Amino acid sequence: MSLDWKQTDIVFVDQPALGAAERLYLPQIWGGMKTTLRHMFKKALRDRTVVQYPEQERPLRVEIYRGVHRLNRDEDGRVACVACFMCETACPAHCIHIEGAESPWADREKYPIKFDIDELRCIYCGMCEEACPVDAIELTPEFKLVGKSREEMIFDKEKLLMVYEQTKNLKPRKDPAITGYPETGHRDRVP
Amino acid sequence: MIQEILGSQLGLSICIICLGLAVILTADAYCIYFERKVSAWMQDRYGPNRVGPLGLLQPLADGIKFILKEEFIPARADKILFYIAPALGVIIALVGFVILPIGGRVHWSWMPEGTTLLAQGASVDIGVLYLLAVGSLTVYGVVLGGWASNNKYAFYGAMRSAAQMLSYEVPLGLALMTLILTMGQLRLEGIVTGQIDSAWNAFLHPVAFLIMLITALAETNRAPFDLAEAEQELIGGYHTEYSSMKFAQFFLAEYTHMITASGLLTALFLGGYEVLPFSRLLAGVNGLSWLYWISTSVSPWAMVLRMAVFCGKISFFIFVMMWLRWTLVRFRFDQLMRLSWKALVPIGMAIVVVQGVLLYFGRPISWISTAAEIGILVIAAMISLLSGKPITGRQLSLVEDDEHAIRPSKTPVTV
Repeated sequence: MSLDWKQTDIVFVDQPALGAAERLYLPQIWGGMKTTLRHMFKKALRDRTVVQYPEQERPLRVEIYRGVHRLNRDEDGRVACVACFMCETACPAHCIHIEGAESPWADREKYPIKFDIDELRCIYCGMCEEACPVDAIELTPEFKLVGKSREEMIFDKEKLLMVYEQTKNLKPRKDPAITGYPETGHRDRVP
Repeated sequence: MIQEILGSQLGLSICIICLGLAVILTADAYCIYFERKVSAWMQDRYGPNRVGPLGLLQPLADGIKFILKEEFIPARADKILFYIAPALGVIIALVGFVILPIGGRVHWSWMPEGTTLLAQGASVDIGVLYLLAVGSLTVYGVVLGGWASNNKYAFYGAMRSAAQMLSYEVPLGLALMTLILTMGQLRLEGIVTGQIDSAWNAFLHPVAFLIMLITALAETNRAPFDLAEAEQELIGGYHTEYSSMKFAQFFLAEYTHMITASGLLTALFLGGYEVLPFSRLLAGVNGLSWLYWISTSVSPWAMVLRMAVFCGKISFFIFVMMWLRWTLVRFRFDQLMRLSWKALVPIGMAIVVVQGVLLYFGRPISWISTAAEIGILVIAAMISLLSGKPITGRQLSLVEDDEHAIRPSKTPVTV
């Protein structure tokens, strides 16, 4: 005998009964107005809360921030991507476009000759990062992304590798890096 | 030449109207700036602070932006009405202010002894009625704009606005009726001098003041009565399809209407240009005679001070409107109707009856009305408390009809 999970998971919350002041409405209005008036004169709180963006910046959450993508290089300086199309499949916004080709290296079968991400279509959900079996595609904390045309905002392979060069000091590739590909092309995850 | 113009009633009135137009249009722009500042402060933000010192040039930047923006007219819109609607809104909002008694009587030094002029746009016999008529016309801009847009959201907004205006004209009229019975006249400057002689109507008729304040919010389509533009439900309501300077005109109309409504409240309830209440009694106190001097002197300096006091009181009311807007949430439509028809209208009728009885016994201005109105408010509160929960149709189905209850039973079902 087990409880139906749907029933047990539901918490019924009763609407709290209205008191006299709440039903008369005017005392509650006055209460609310006192609150807003109090906040109006809290300059210290304002100064503490507000970040004046171009001059000040909030501390970046480097580990978890989902900004512009990058394509990682392995320790030999080669593009880490193996053109498996997992990220392209996982992408809910269909903003990744990969063309794979026969790899010139012995340790993997394929590599991308073309790797385009439309940064305007991307919703920065990070699904590509999660889907990647070799941790080649990652999201960086870089969020100041500007361009003058739509074409400019489609990042190709070179540009994504460039982003890696620029951000690898800020956010190094995951350690242990999931890179050492065995001869079979299959890699065992380092525990 | 200047002396002749200022020395004639027509010339003085035209001067004041021109000055008032310029002041009001500028004040509108700064009302928007101030509104953004107030909302920001209440939400622990800074508000506009980039353009100029303290962001004071923000209205200018906004204006330039509005003019330069693309002006889009929907293909199936009624073009003529689409053009007329925002302009109509502004014009109607602007004609209201001419009769506000901002300056009282003035005597220039070059005028013959004993003659005075009335320092206001126009002195109208039917002052209060004029403001009522013009005030209720403002809904035309909203309704026409919503209709001409040929857009369902705009249309909903316009319909709501019309229904709201109809409902809140009634309590507004009742509150004004109390005042007219008290003062025995419709002339606004007469009502102001009457208050200087006795007491401010806000003290004599606190409940009428409250009703008038609420209806003024509703008439200006301000939160919590801004159902006409409820952006969460209706995108932008009646101005959904408007862009560029036409959109700005709707804003202009709204803020001008706010200024006019605040001026009306000031003149009718807060003693117009009187600095402090009971200044006639305070004049006897040592060192306070200047209060009464400002209220009654015909010197031009006193007139300027009176105008400043009047503008100050208008600013106060505008701040209260902003304060309310950024504090309260919007009413649902049935709540809006219930407030008007089940609360404001009965209370308004009761205070009219009280004032009528006082008038019958020959004491229209008396503190009895204050006591009676507070009594009426208490009785209304008791009725609403003792009559059970304020249940709307929707809540009724939740609470009482167990068989058709929307929510499932509370006990966990065991399988």
